[in-house]
Amino acid sequence: MKSSVLKSPEKDKETTIIYKPGRRDFLKLGSLAATGLILGVNFSCSDRKKGGEITELRSGAYLTITSDGKVIITAHRSEMGQGVRTSLPLIVADELGADWEKAEIVQAEGDEEKYGNQNTDGSFSVRMFYKPMREAGATAKLLLIRAAAGKWEVDESECDTDNGKVIHKSSGKSAGFGELVDLAAALPLPKPEEITLKDPSEFKIIGKDTPIIDLQDIVTGKAVYGIDAKVPGMKIAVIQRCPVVGGKVKSVNDKAALAIEGVLQVHTIEGAGIPPQLHKPLSGVAVIAENTWAAIRGRKALEIEWDLGPNAGYDSDKQQQELLEKTKEKGTVRRQRGDFDKTLKNASKVIEKTYLAPFYAHGTIEPPAALARVKDGKCEIWAPSQHPQWARDSVADALGMDVKDVSVNVTLIGGGFGRKSKPDFIVEAALLSQKSGFPVKIQWTREDDIQHDFYHAQSAQRIRAVIDKDNKVSGWNHHSTFPSISSTSDAGAVQPSDGEMRLGCVDFPYDVPSVRIETHDAKAHVRIGWLRSVSNIHHVFAAGSMLDEIAEARQMDPVANVLDMLGEDRSITFNEEMPQGEYDNYGENIKDYPWETGRLRQVIERVAEKSGWGREMPEGRALGFAAHRSFLTYVACVVEVAIDDRNHITIPNVYYALDCGQAVNTDRIRSQFEGGGQFAASLALNSAVTVKDGQVVQDNFDTYQIVRMPQAPQKIHVDIVESDAKPTGVGEPPEPPFIPALCNAIYRITGKRVHKLPVDLEA
Amino acid sequence: MAQYTLRINGVEHQIDAMPDMPLLWVLRDVLDMKGTKFGCGKALCGACTVHFDGVATRSCSLPVSAVQSAEITTIEGLSENGDHPLQKAWAEHVVPQCGYCQTGQIMSAAALLRENPSPSDEEIDSAMQGNLCRCGTYNRIKTAIRTASEK
Repeated sequence: MKSSVLKSPEKDKETTIIYKPGRRDFLKLGSLAATGLILGVNFSCSDRKKGGEITELRSGAYLTITSDGKVIITAHRSEMGQGVRTSLPLIVADELGADWEKAEIVQAEGDEEKYGNQNTDGSFSVRMFYKPMREAGATAKLLLIRAAAGKWEVDESECDTDNGKVIHKSSGKSAGFGELVDLAAALPLPKPEEITLKDPSEFKIIGKDTPIIDLQDIVTGKAVYGIDAKVPGMKIAVIQRCPVVGGKVKSVNDKAALAIEGVLQVHTIEGAGIPPQLHKPLSGVAVIAENTWAAIRGRKALEIEWDLGPNAGYDSDKQQQELLEKTKEKGTVRRQRGDFDKTLKNASKVIEKTYLAPFYAHGTIEPPAALARVKDGKCEIWAPSQHPQWARDSVADALGMDVKDVSVNVTLIGGGFGRKSKPDFIVEAALLSQKSGFPVKIQWTREDDIQHDFYHAQSAQRIRAVIDKDNKVSGWNHHSTFPSISSTSDAGAVQPSDGEMRLGCVDFPYDVPSVRIETHDAKAHVRIGWLRSVSNIHHVFAAGSMLDEIAEARQMDPVANVLDMLGEDRSITFNEEMPQGEYDNYGENIKDYPWETGRLRQVIERVAEKSGWGREMPEGRALGFAAHRSFLTYVACVVEVAIDDRNHITIPNVYYALDCGQAVNTDRIRSQFEGGGQFAASLALNSAVTVKDGQVVQDNFDTYQIVRMPQAPQKIHVDIVESDAKPTGVGEPPEPPFIPALCNAIYRITGKRVHKLPVDLEA
Repeated sequence: MAQYTLRINGVEHQIDAMPDMPLLWVLRDVLDMKGTKFGCGKALCGACTVHFDGVATRSCSLPVSAVQSAEITTIEGLSENGDHPLQKAWAEHVVPQCGYCQTGQIMSAAALLRENPSPSDEEIDSAMQGNLCRCGTYNRIKTAIRTASEK
């Protein structure tokens, strides 16, 4: 089959190239489809790592229609509960006019050349692939219509597709896609200007509730996660990792371990040292055994002497106090508007508050696990990876192999939240397979997971807000300090990166005449990584709490105060106020995804209405409010809190209003907000990782707690703004405003402000 | 190693295992029944829940030597065609997100409904508090249990 190329009309911005795959591509498809209509899609999309600059990314996400009428769509992003294996294919299916019940989804392996960017984080799958998926569906639709119109000798404009058929509207004649694929496959690809996308009013699947495709497999226990991967001859490994980051194995006595029935081999794993890196293992000793239990028992029997290294004296509580002290000093200015010091001189009131948040672990219920088989100069991986391409590159690097010889099969992910973007655990499996000669599955225990995670950074912040003689907010000075994610790969990185600072700090959107954002040095002594919504967690806890204090100082209602501070509806950029560069707008050009204060205002007004904001509450109950735009999605949140006379906190209701542009799967948008609220409740009320003598104190779900059903927010109401603006992500945006909304409600009941997470009413 | 005869989902299995090997690893590693999940190893998260003579039990903390003649039911044996009223209710309310903890959740809920066919909200909370869901599907779980209990 000839491979031909089609360019879409808007090629200067985001180019989608639809093509018919050549013979080589078919071989890759294997038994998937030998005949039928097959289209590849090459995506060009903005690569957020490069600050919104458009780069060409090749991709081969295939749409296949077989002669028996099946529509097979390749899912090239990783599924971890956000519903992406359903959301992206349904976009293709809707434009195509497919019978969704008959659609089949095939998971793509990790391959940058074929699939473009597969890094599933940053809430951007739908945002990035909405348009290309629509164009792929529309192209196939036109080919099928053209085939039918030719066969029936009618004008193609009189035909449409619906439910897996092409229909001739006036005669009612119809033909299933399967009957038409051979004719359609022989047609030349349509010209870009011939492709028309549906008007949103014609959508049949997009914008509605669609159940996830893996539902039945999940409820019957048939769904395959990384931990479930298996190949013949597979052995299991667990690793005793050095308790202190940067330490290493001095000596090991493995005699007792090897004497345990089922234990096969013991290997030392070299760690990266300092910096520990995001893609490399920690130093440790691995036990390979016939089964998981033998491996765990073998590990217990190891006698290891460690060189704990320079982090052995680290105390996280002590560091947090030191960071707090630093926020009193002059810092590195990250954004400047007006002259804050001058504003101070004309102050009528100055409010100055500090905010502390701890390290957090991801605590995915599936602990990290991955299977590797190194054989005949090749390495095959099965892993719950959010970023299979990075895993592939890292494994190739660690094994000294060509990337071409490494393949990564992506399983379902039993919770990701950013943890399973990092390929360290996958590299462990690969190294151990290479060393042992067996296919090896690495299994992390819960203790391994809590004690050796890439933690959300602990932080100290100080905000000063100035109110002038006219009761207007005239100044905002936010000091933020926390060890940066960059420190994990660069020991010299001691300041938060621009990427971290635009998460809820420098993107302060309020119409205040003087704004100064400052940061301070913070050294990392554990591995720092990203956790769902990243620095927004601590930044918005601080900013959202301070806005509530401002309302009180101005004697205003908190919602009215925020709407007043937001000012006139306008599009904002922060560029001219940022000495160190441009505001990167989550990797998207601000012209394409403008920061519109009117959209934030709208969700605030809607949440106030839906929550009955301002109503009388019984004693011991109150509503708290906060709003924030993150990952380009606008969210307002009201949390209802009840506290009984034993200081027991319950959350009867949570109200969200959100604007994520065009909704794709409303059920999964609601579920992400329901889950995001629960996740944030854990961060606010339960969880904290602390470090003593360089070692993490907590080790399982008794000491590192997350909300359980009796404590969980009881009702989470989600109000989605109807919009045909470009769709934006929903995985992370629910979290940030929840925490200050909760804290503000607690204040209304107890009269005590929350300055430290997790909340402790006895403190 | 010792030999054990286990009754799982109505079928007898002869297995060799270390006496202290938790039932979870017997199911997963020895019998290749992967619907029962590992989450914590300390009976703190409920991902490994099975029925032990009808009672919800954390298989990660139950040594195989303690199983003896008990009738064990796992998610694979909860219903013949994946159509237990709870499985249907789970589908109706699209409960799962990542789905990893859900087999344990369903097994806990099934043991609850067997004992108490129409539990109150408090009784649901109490029976389900040992099952963690990091994705935060608790409210849909509760709704699904209520739906199944009405049938």
